[in-house]
Amino acid sequence: MSSEARPLLSAIGLGMIRGERVLFRDVGLALRAGEALVLRGANGAGKTTLLRILAGLTRPEAGDVARGAGHHWIGHREGLKPQETPREHLKLWAQAWGSPTDSDPALSRMGLARPADVAGRYLSAGQRRRTALARLLLEDRPVWLLDEPYTALDAEGRALVDALIGEHRARGGAVIAAIHGEAGFAASGDLTL
Amino acid sequence: MSPAPILAAFRQSLGEAWAGGAGALLPLGFLGGAAVLVPLGIGSDGETLKAVGPGIIWVALALASLVTLERIFQADAEDGTLDLWLQAGAPVSAVAAAKTLAHWLSAGLPLALFSPLLALMFQAEASPSLLVNAGLYALGSLAFFFWGGVGAALSATVRRGGLLISLIALPLFVPTAIFGALAMSGGPGSTGAPLFLAASTLFACAVAPYAMAAALRLAAD
Repeated sequence: MSSEARPLLSAIGLGMIRGERVLFRDVGLALRAGEALVLRGANGAGKTTLLRILAGLTRPEAGDVARGAGHHWIGHREGLKPQETPREHLKLWAQAWGSPTDSDPALSRMGLARPADVAGRYLSAGQRRRTALARLLLEDRPVWLLDEPYTALDAEGRALVDALIGEHRARGGAVIAAIHGEAGFAASGDLTL
Repeated sequence: MSPAPILAAFRQSLGEAWAGGAGALLPLGFLGGAAVLVPLGIGSDGETLKAVGPGIIWVALALASLVTLERIFQADAEDGTLDLWLQAGAPVSAVAAAKTLAHWLSAGLPLALFSPLLALMFQAEASPSLLVNAGLYALGSLAFFFWGGVGAALSATVRRGGLLISLIALPLFVPTAIFGALAMSGGPGSTGAPLFLAASTLFACAVAPYAMAAALRLAAD
């Protein structure tokens, strides 16, 4: 892995206005294989907005994003329906992405073997979070965009996230995560908004 | 482009429509309730009921579509599913069309299939034309659902968007309602009306998905 390789994801001159306030301006980044970037900033600094711009969900006011590889998106809303069980959720997205993965390994890896057949409305916040994170394991995509991945997770869950990120980087993947407080993994860079 | 995301969206929406065990029963109950209330309101005169029956069923179909559609995109926007669909790699218009179709199959089509029974409640004579009418109701309600879907997508991030959906969608229902009622009237011009009804439905199916896609992208922005 040479750092001269084409970045998996890069952005230049990103600027965003919300209402009449400039959220951020002239933000640039380049993410290469094996790198992990941590986004920091106070509440309302625009971490989520920047991640949504990188994911292509929000159009920036200025600047450009170049995506060289597929990405996974784990937003702060899990995308789990009230009537959906973790098993159904993973099956649905595996089907939607056309990856014939068996969801059982992802479920047991995330510690969801027991509540795998419990409807979303009865799951705890941490279990819902783990279900969303299990989507990362369904399909191997080079870039992970994670919005506050530790939210609602217990110590074991946070360690699990760190382990997943470590393995992903070792495989040549890259991660951008908006994180409040300390990241459990050794980030290769910080971006403060 | 693989059809997998579109099929998955269809499957998820079918599950959603039937969640809680209500499914088609809720709109059917609504339509049944409306059919019982109307004779109480306008009297039980057979001729009058026969005259207003088809119109009442059209109105009930329109309202049932609005009631059903209120939450289809709003729930997705709230729980984060919309973000996932926008990144699923399929055209958003196709995903939106699949979701709308799933809701029409679980709410619109059953209503249309039950319409002969309701027509009998409105003193219509039992005849094969009731079955033809059921087909016309099915065709028309498909247009209602697609236009209603546009309203639902536009108000996806609006709290209590139900009224907004109605304001947006009801004017778009007009051509369908006109040709649908004309086709059943048996009066002058009624022979060509089913074709115009079909055309208005085709137009809805062709245009509405793109409007829904644009609105959903805006909702996520």
